[in-house]
Amino acid sequence: MSSETAVHGPIGTDGADIRKTAMWAFLGSECLFFGSFIATFLLYSDETNGGPGTELFDIPFTSVSSFVLLMSSLTMVLAHNAYEREDKRQMRIWLVATALLGTVFLGGQVFEFTTFYAEGLRMDISPFGSAFFVLTGFHGAHVAIGVIMLTSMVIMSRRGNLHSHRGMNVELVGLYWHFVDIVWIVIFTVVYLLQV
Amino acid sequence: MATLTPEVLDTEEPGSHEATGGLWSWITTVDHKRIGLMYGGTAMFFFLLGGIEALFIRLQLAVPDGTVLTSDQYNQLFTMHGTTMVFLVIMPLAAAFGNYLLPLMIGARDVAFPRMNAMSYWVFLFGGIFLSSSFFLGGFPDGGWFGYAPLSTQSEVIRMDFWAIGLLILGIASLAGAVNFTTTIFTMRAPGMSMFKMPVFVWMQLVVAFLLLFSLPVITVALFEVLFDRNFGTLFFDPAAGGDPILYQHLFWLFGHPEVYILILPSMGIISEVLPVFSRKPLFGYQFVVFAGAAIALLGFGVWSHHMFTSGLGPVAESAFSLTTMFIAVPTGIKIFNWIGTTWGGKISLKTPMLFSLGFIAMFTIGGLSGVTHAVVPADTQQTDTYYVVAHFHYVLFGGAMFGIFAGIYYWWPKISGRYLSETLGKWHFWLMLLGFNLTFAPQHWLGLQGMARRTAVYPPDIGLDTLNMVSTIGAFTIAVSMLPFLYAMFVNSRKGLAAPADAWDGRTLEWSISSPPPHHNFHEVPHVEAIDDFWHQKYGEDEEGRAVRIKTFPEPSRYTDEYIHLPSPSYYPIMLAAGLVLMAYGFVFAPLGIPLFVIGALVLFGGAFGWAQEDPDHPMGDHADHHADAHEGTETGDEAQAGADASGDVSSDDVSSEDVKTGEVEVAADESGGDDV
Ligand code: HEM
Ligand SMILES: [Cu+2]
Repeated sequence: MSSETAVHGPIGTDGADIRKTAMWAFLGSECLFFGSFIATFLLYSDETNGGPGTELFDIPFTSVSSFVLLMSSLTMVLAHNAYEREDKRQMRIWLVATALLGTVFLGGQVFEFTTFYAEGLRMDISPFGSAFFVLTGFHGAHVAIGVIMLTSMVIMSRRGNLHSHRGMNVELVGLYWHFVDIVWIVIFTVVYLLQV
Repeated sequence: MATLTPEVLDTEEPGSHEATGGLWSWITTVDHKRIGLMYGGTAMFFFLLGGIEALFIRLQLAVPDGTVLTSDQYNQLFTMHGTTMVFLVIMPLAAAFGNYLLPLMIGARDVAFPRMNAMSYWVFLFGGIFLSSSFFLGGFPDGGWFGYAPLSTQSEVIRMDFWAIGLLILGIASLAGAVNFTTTIFTMRAPGMSMFKMPVFVWMQLVVAFLLLFSLPVITVALFEVLFDRNFGTLFFDPAAGGDPILYQHLFWLFGHPEVYILILPSMGIISEVLPVFSRKPLFGYQFVVFAGAAIALLGFGVWSHHMFTSGLGPVAESAFSLTTMFIAVPTGIKIFNWIGTTWGGKISLKTPMLFSLGFIAMFTIGGLSGVTHAVVPADTQQTDTYYVVAHFHYVLFGGAMFGIFAGIYYWWPKISGRYLSETLGKWHFWLMLLGFNLTFAPQHWLGLQGMARRTAVYPPDIGLDTLNMVSTIGAFTIAVSMLPFLYAMFVNSRKGLAAPADAWDGRTLEWSISSPPPHHNFHEVPHVEAIDDFWHQKYGEDEEGRAVRIKTFPEPSRYTDEYIHLPSPSYYPIMLAAGLVLMAYGFVFAPLGIPLFVIGALVLFGGAFGWAQEDPDHPMGDHADHHADAHEGTETGDEAQAGADASGDVSSDDVSSEDVKTGEVEVAADESGGDDV
């Protein structure tokens, strides 16, 4: 995504940053994407087809990994703050921290998935399994994309070609990251907490 | 493509980024006008393809016990006909008009994200090719345009993989387009153009963009679930394991009904521009038309289950959706009355764009009324899955959306090419098409009420269906014939057409204030807008009795300016990204054999994305260093005012050639300082 309008630069005639408008539009769309998967899950939360169900959930474990993801929103805020102060070193440190926390969360998800598979909850065993893995899997993919973006921010910043006036910047990645976190809060509540 | 474009478009002013005009310049273009033309040309090609499919369907049904097609071929043809017309014709045609016109109508020099715009087009093109290529790779998809599960998840052959992945790809194009248009409309309007001073066409495009943003993700989920059921053993729609096929129907129609408004609103926008110009009256009740459009969009998310009245939803849900469906006819009706009110008492000129717009109103009203009859659950239980429904949606989609699009083509072609399309040929086109259309689809109301089922390859003789089916087939071929004058006008005759001035129809909106064809940079200087139909009010005032009197005549604007106007530079990353995506799609369909292809596609995609991110949109491909003296001029019009001072009025658009560039004339059409040369 980039802002190459020659007429207005990245700023529209109404003074808004056009990339932010675009990001909001995209995230609005994403709400319906996750909403539809969550609806699917809710419909199938009891359709275990004789296989395992929500009793496999390990709430303490998932709470910890959820907490890790929440903390990454905090570090993201700190990164953005440093970015606003144009403190590049601090910014990179917090970006790396955010990416690391995201990676830890992903590691937790991989661990959880393998445990479930070992215990017999698979994608192809029941509609419940299908809905669970596809929903949380797509969320994980969003986190992974976020980690990639954070990492490229750091690399680009080190190379000195992170421009505020075009392309992605810390603010946009931050918007995306917070959004993905909020979606996880919803998933954690609806898929885990309310089901056991 | 090049054939569709008059040669004059290929001569850009020297010093422009796209001066070469060759194939490469089209491949790398980020100019919204060129992208709009490519969208339009490609969609028209698919229109012919979808039309040929329809002719085969009608041949098969011309007589009872038809033997032209096997049932299998018939299934493939009606599935691809529907899928093509919805996703590869009407949606991209709306995108074509949006691309070409949005920036011109809001006084901008391009869309918000020109490279993303190019990517949308290439993804659409490749997605369309991907979908259609299934014909050579095992057959067209055959599960209906709405791909109901578990039919779509359980068929063994890969046809429905092509369908699901094809639609996912096209969804990416539409989503990127919607983000782009939303941002463009929100942030790039010319100074003074508040939301309620925008042309109605722009409003309708905005509403459509919102509908796309919020409905596409829902079908995306449905398609992923189908794809996973087919390929990864998930059980979303497998009733034996507890999966629920009704979920698929909900997801599909939660997208599907907003989708029908995605298809019709752009055309409503088009005729809302055409009717005032050819009635020489402002649009009747601008606010009502805008609010009705927004209301349709909102309500449109609350009626989807009227497509599922026979799925056993229960009386409560059925009553609720029956009511909301009747409600949605209200804003639709409001618009119809506004359009009629616009023509009422106007000085009507029956040029081809006007004919198609009036045709729209009449045909769409018929389709809207049969729609209301579907809202009545007991009646719909009889009508559903019969030809009555087929008649309904062709009246709204063909008689509505396509007529509106033809109105738009005849209306804006002079702007695009600098020449009018032939009125004689246009009238032949319109009347033949109107006749053929009604011959084809009016009888289908009766056929449906007599119980003729849709999507059935044969019907038995002697149950009273023979005559009307024959009439319908004759009608279909009449439609095909009606396309001949249109194609002749477009491809053969358009270079001989009457030269069109900038203000080809005495228009009301900003695009008529610039030369025909428009300058590469659209506006020599960014206009200032004070009112709805600002351009009209600069030309006309009112006498004591409220009649319009000409107060100002603008000199014919030049296509060229001396000034350097900074524009985004071309890029080949968008097409690269799109190519990577479609390679991945082929690889996926043919897994495990296709896995290497999938990997190659992924690499191309990442390469494209990486290059894109690195590329300075102002200095890509390393050969434009000469154009960057003044990167950000143009936002303020004040300092350019002197540039327009020596405007001279004797350059008419038909003799504009590249020599004119050297003359150094800068002509300002919509001079915001107003009045000084009355
Ligand atoms: C007055 C407004 C409208 C109402 C009340 C209405 C109502 C309905 C209803 C109830 C059905 C379901 C019939 C059935 O399957 O039994 C239907 C089908 C359909 N409508 Fe409409 N409609 C309206 C306008 C439109 C418009 C503007 C379009 C598109 C431009 C459209 C396109 C379709 C299509 C494509 C189908 C059939 C889908 C399929 O089964 O393949 N409708 N309409
Ligand atoms: Cu509907």
